[in-house]
Amino acid sequence: MRRIRKYVAVTAAAAAALTLAACGGSGSSGGSSAAGGKVTLTWWSNANANPLLGVFQGLAKSYHASHPNVSFTYVPIQNEQYDTKIQVALQGSNPPDIFFQRGGGFMATQAKSGKLENLKPLDSKWIGELGSLAASWQVNGAQYGVPYDQHTVGFWYRKDVFARAGIASPPSTMPELEADITKLKAAGIAPIAVGSKDQWPDAFYWDYFAVRECSVATLKASVKAVSASNPCFLKAGNDLKAFMAAKPFPSAFLNTPAQVGAGSSAGLVADGKAAMELQGDWDPSVMEALAPSKKFLSDIGWFPFPSVPGAPGNSQVLLGGGDGNSCSTSAPEPACANFLAYLESATAQKMLVSTANVGLPANPAASGALTLPAEQQILQAGQHTPYIQQYFDLAYPTNVGTALDAAVADMFAGKGTPQAIVTAIDQAAARQ
Amino acid sequence: MTGPQGATAAQARPAAAVAPPAPRTRRRRRPGRQLAELVVLLGPALLLFAGFVLLPICIAAYYGLFNWSGYGSLSDFTGLHNYRLVIDDPVFRESLLHNVIIGVLSLVIQLPISIAVALLLNRKLRGGSFLRTAVFAPYVVSQATTAVLWLLLLEPGGSVDQLMKAVGLGGLVQQWLANPTIVLYTMFAVLTWQFIGFGVILLLAGLQGIPPELRDAAGIDGASAWQTTRRIVLPLLSPTIRIWIFLSMIGSLQVFDLVWIMTLGGPADASSTMVTYMIFFGFHSLEFGYGSAAAVILFIISFVFAFLYQRFALRRDTAGALTRAVR
Repeated sequence: MRRIRKYVAVTAAAAAALTLAACGGSGSSGGSSAAGGKVTLTWWSNANANPLLGVFQGLAKSYHASHPNVSFTYVPIQNEQYDTKIQVALQGSNPPDIFFQRGGGFMATQAKSGKLENLKPLDSKWIGELGSLAASWQVNGAQYGVPYDQHTVGFWYRKDVFARAGIASPPSTMPELEADITKLKAAGIAPIAVGSKDQWPDAFYWDYFAVRECSVATLKASVKAVSASNPCFLKAGNDLKAFMAAKPFPSAFLNTPAQVGAGSSAGLVADGKAAMELQGDWDPSVMEALAPSKKFLSDIGWFPFPSVPGAPGNSQVLLGGGDGNSCSTSAPEPACANFLAYLESATAQKMLVSTANVGLPANPAASGALTLPAEQQILQAGQHTPYIQQYFDLAYPTNVGTALDAAVADMFAGKGTPQAIVTAIDQAAARQ
Repeated sequence: MTGPQGATAAQARPAAAVAPPAPRTRRRRRPGRQLAELVVLLGPALLLFAGFVLLPICIAAYYGLFNWSGYGSLSDFTGLHNYRLVIDDPVFRESLLHNVIIGVLSLVIQLPISIAVALLLNRKLRGGSFLRTAVFAPYVVSQATTAVLWLLLLEPGGSVDQLMKAVGLGGLVQQWLANPTIVLYTMFAVLTWQFIGFGVILLLAGLQGIPPELRDAAGIDGASAWQTTRRIVLPLLSPTIRIWIFLSMIGSLQVFDLVWIMTLGGPADASSTMVTYMIFFGFHSLEFGYGSAAAVILFIISFVFAFLYQRFALRRDTAGALTRAVR
């Protein structure tokens, strides 16, 4: 018995030693190669389906045609898997050269890896041309990423459904919206669809009430300090609570996804089963895939989040964000930065807007490619706004953003309180 | 051990007759060969066990001591702070409670149904093998497929609602996945649909190991069918039942796939489990230190349960089988 134990111990020790030795090796997740001035850029993207997949691959191909020394290995990754995969890659020794970036606190959290390239010293001219949009993609002055599109959140509504309920024009104040909700309910129509299963669509409401209740200076300072201690954030929660009392959402909204399937919030609006939803400018492209026909595109309209009477914040401030790319520190430069600059060119941007329906272009020169009247309307709203607040769940560091989403989702489920949202943010910030 | 071979060996070597022959034979085997056997037979399994079980557990326990977003080095040592936070978090406690509720409901509902169906299918029935396949089929389907399937069936106004209305139960239609007070029970119903087949097959195997002569003898003695089942079949089936309980409880503590796909643990954590809690903080919220602490706590709970269950409930079943080899 004792001898057997000894053998088992020897075998176990050998196994453990081999395991540790195996862990000491390094893996390979892609990366660049440079030989004779030729480089291959590995590009990880969450664009894994057409049309955006085809557009990105086409842009890489055309860039290679004009720059034969730069080749690409395009790696499409499913969106929900992307965040985990990029985290492992950035923590490893061989991250991709170019990779999809969400910006804000998500990017700031990634920057802790020390593997994100500061693009500013490489060529700041094209970045400067993006103006304040690019400035919001900085962490402590370092340009760790650039957006290729920009997003704005507002209400997408069905003009035909509004007309059926006797609503002549979209609301511009919160009391008007609440009156319209009453009219829609009276007409037997679900007023507002919301994808509460995913939590982030719920957070849009709290975000917008915060944007209306807080001054721009407070918004900026609070994001920087990772705090929601200013009383305006508590007021935002109170506003949301009052709004929820109007019961604007259809039954079973708590398990409704935002964008997946005909039963999603986008699907409900596309099908005319709900009158409107608060969503990003990308919503029509989501609806298009879910709607039985494209007819709904002529019925769809957009209006900004209504003003809140008595709220001190600027009512023209918008909530938004964008999608972009980063280069890793191991990427061959200036090849990587030059390609990101190419993605900002008017030619590439027009393709992204007209073919891939990414939303609003990062480069205003491509805005003519927007086809829907509502999109032009959003563009104008963006031109008149003094500030675009990035969605708080992305503006704050990742753990704070998810805590915010979860706390707002609790409130939607009738479990949370305005104070609980503020507390959740502060507690998550303390774990930073 | 008193067969012809033992007798022959004893006669050939009378000096060794005091010792039983089998242990003597074992003692005579060369140690080198024994070592080689152990390395070849145990080595690969130990290697995998160390690499994919022991090492990750140790690493997770270590990560749990840090405040770590998954990026950069492990520099912010916080000791047992993460562990304390997890234990104090009402959402974690709620998740643990959900696991316990699922476990208790499994015992109270799934086990009797499994036994009843197994007893039924153990009889000679017309189409018995078809029924067995039909009962077992959901278990073969992956949890992801099951989740998507039931997500569609349970949609508001979906097939389940329509079926209930068609049979006059329209008044009982609920928001199966959106109502925080019933979502956990909906999850349990889907889990039951999927796992009942496993219990039935396991118990059927146990039933077929019971000699029919015992039942026949009981019948001759005048025992009714119920008495035979109660006094003969169920006691003889109890080792299988204890194994089922063990597997079911461990499964209840680890429920994840189905819940994650169907509800993401929501609404408002109403269907969260310890594993969805761990995944949420580890991978979704990028709090790898905190998520690791949750993982270690989940491991400890599962381990303690498994240990105690082995020690007190399964001991009588495994005493001969597992302990004799090393004695």
